[in-house]
Amino acid sequence: MTMTTTPRELPHTPWGRVRQSRRTADRLMKIIATAFTFCAIFVLFWILGMLLVKGIGGLSLATFTAVTPGPGTEGGGLANAIVGSFVLTFLGIAIATPIGVLAGTWLAEYGKGSQLANLIRFINDILLSAPSILIGLFVYVILVEPFRGYSGWAGGVALGIIAIPVIVRTTEDMLNLVPGPLREAGAALGAPPSVVITSVTWRAAKAGMVTGILLALARIAGETAPLLFTALNNNFWFSPSLAGGVSNLPVTIYQFASAPYENWQQLAWAGSLIITISILLLSIIARRIVAGGK
Amino acid sequence: MTAATDMTSIPGARPVARKTPKAGFDLFFRNASFGAALLVLVLLAGIMISMIIGGWPAFREFGLGFITSSVWDTQNEQYGAWPAIVGTLSTALIALVIGVPLSLGIAVYLTQLAPAWFKKPVATAIELLAAVPSIIYGMWGLFVFVPLFAANVQIPVSNIVEGMPILGTILYSRSPSGLGIFTAGFILAFMIVPFIASITRDMLEQIPSVLRESAYGIGATTWEVVRHVLVPQAGVSIIGAIMLGLGRALGETMAVTFVVGNANRLSASILDPGSTIASRIANEFNEAMGLQLNALIALGCILFFVTFVVLVIARLLVARVKRY
Repeated sequence: MTMTTTPRELPHTPWGRVRQSRRTADRLMKIIATAFTFCAIFVLFWILGMLLVKGIGGLSLATFTAVTPGPGTEGGGLANAIVGSFVLTFLGIAIATPIGVLAGTWLAEYGKGSQLANLIRFINDILLSAPSILIGLFVYVILVEPFRGYSGWAGGVALGIIAIPVIVRTTEDMLNLVPGPLREAGAALGAPPSVVITSVTWRAAKAGMVTGILLALARIAGETAPLLFTALNNNFWFSPSLAGGVSNLPVTIYQFASAPYENWQQLAWAGSLIITISILLLSIIARRIVAGGK
Repeated sequence: MTAATDMTSIPGARPVARKTPKAGFDLFFRNASFGAALLVLVLLAGIMISMIIGGWPAFREFGLGFITSSVWDTQNEQYGAWPAIVGTLSTALIALVIGVPLSLGIAVYLTQLAPAWFKKPVATAIELLAAVPSIIYGMWGLFVFVPLFAANVQIPVSNIVEGMPILGTILYSRSPSGLGIFTAGFILAFMIVPFIASITRDMLEQIPSVLRESAYGIGATTWEVVRHVLVPQAGVSIIGAIMLGLGRALGETMAVTFVVGNANRLSASILDPGSTIASRIANEFNEAMGLQLNALIALGCILFFVTFVVLVIARLLVARVKRY
């Protein structure tokens, strides 16, 4: 790249002027590309700075111990919303992990190269970018309307459906990185395909598969739209049966942010800070695992 | 020493000690993983069918008029999707107009300009922009960006264009609150940047460096290499990446709901409040009953088919990218 332009002056060539304009265009585009990059990074830090400034004042012991306040009630915290979010997110991951890992395994090990595998991979990629609000509507139609009520189960299923394509995709990618001779060695010892996959291939791809699950976790932890129609929200602790609405952070933030009560707004900011920091940490940890595995 | 004795004793003494997996598990595992893979197809079909069934009463009641009508009247049970469709398309278009140059600039910077030690932190920061939840973008938009935008852009612009022939219609704002179609599109732009930028970056990196080197060899500048070598090589996939961003922008819900203004009527000005399909569903769903509920699911059905078509084209164009 250093050899692009020789600084030697060639005063008699008629190219001199052309070269100047080309150089200007080059310099201009470099400046614009750099400026755009810093513009995007600036927005990221602007958002993080805003969350710190507005959210840190709302963080106190009560935030983690008291339940969300009703309209016009003083004080309160986010304890039930935080716990509810944990429960819904892990329910979603618990549903998505076995399905996603098995489907990814089929794509990489059994179906490889077949037309059906190509179709499933394609559809999975579509689901990966499908609007999450549509997943919420879908779960509303199949689980909320027939059973006459919002429930934590419906919320967990909605989050699970959003997580599945992420896990399928990373599992398949990671299994494809496992060298073929490893499988052949397993098969040569007389192990049937299922044993080769579970105790050789999966083990070799473990770090990458865990990363996929962490990324899925990060993806669904902040999802709000699908929970609006499924788990909804309330100001109480959820019942262990997960019937009825389950309090959760994203919907609480949505409801509290634009409400006229000052303590609600303060809690919305505190909740936003908690959720964003957790998700960014999860994403960074996932990235680290991938980097360490290579 | 012990190893040697073990080896001699294996054939006769311990043939049964090794676990012999049953063929039943093998078959079960194969079928279970096949079933899980099929579930992906079932999910997509399920979403499609449930949207059609859930929205059917609205489609039957209003027919094609559901799409073309601009009336959204809960009292008289008259529902039309047109303002929401226009809002969805215009916010997404604004997001692309702002977001695409930004993303391409970032991709060029990351692949051609950034010093090696700086590439990784910048790439991570751009990807973290994708990890920030949609609702946080909404809060940032509503509480930070909207007041700034109203005071510094919307009011001055409205004062300038007032009475002008075309600009006076498109840019004049009747209620300069900062909320509106343009604000939503602006915030969407930053939400789709990381997706377009990272796919474009991957495409540029996959181009064989021989091509790049030969262009530099005949004296091309960096910009000329980008413009005449890299972009033509990666062109189709870059369009795919842009359409993937479009797919995201069309269905984005929470951020848009915060800042779009949620107005039911259609306005010619992009600085006025409007609504998108997703924002209307999020906004009205929990109070909706009967036909209104069906109308909202029918809106979801329209959104599904629009994003499905966009995403299918996008995925076909970027089929060779390994990431997402």
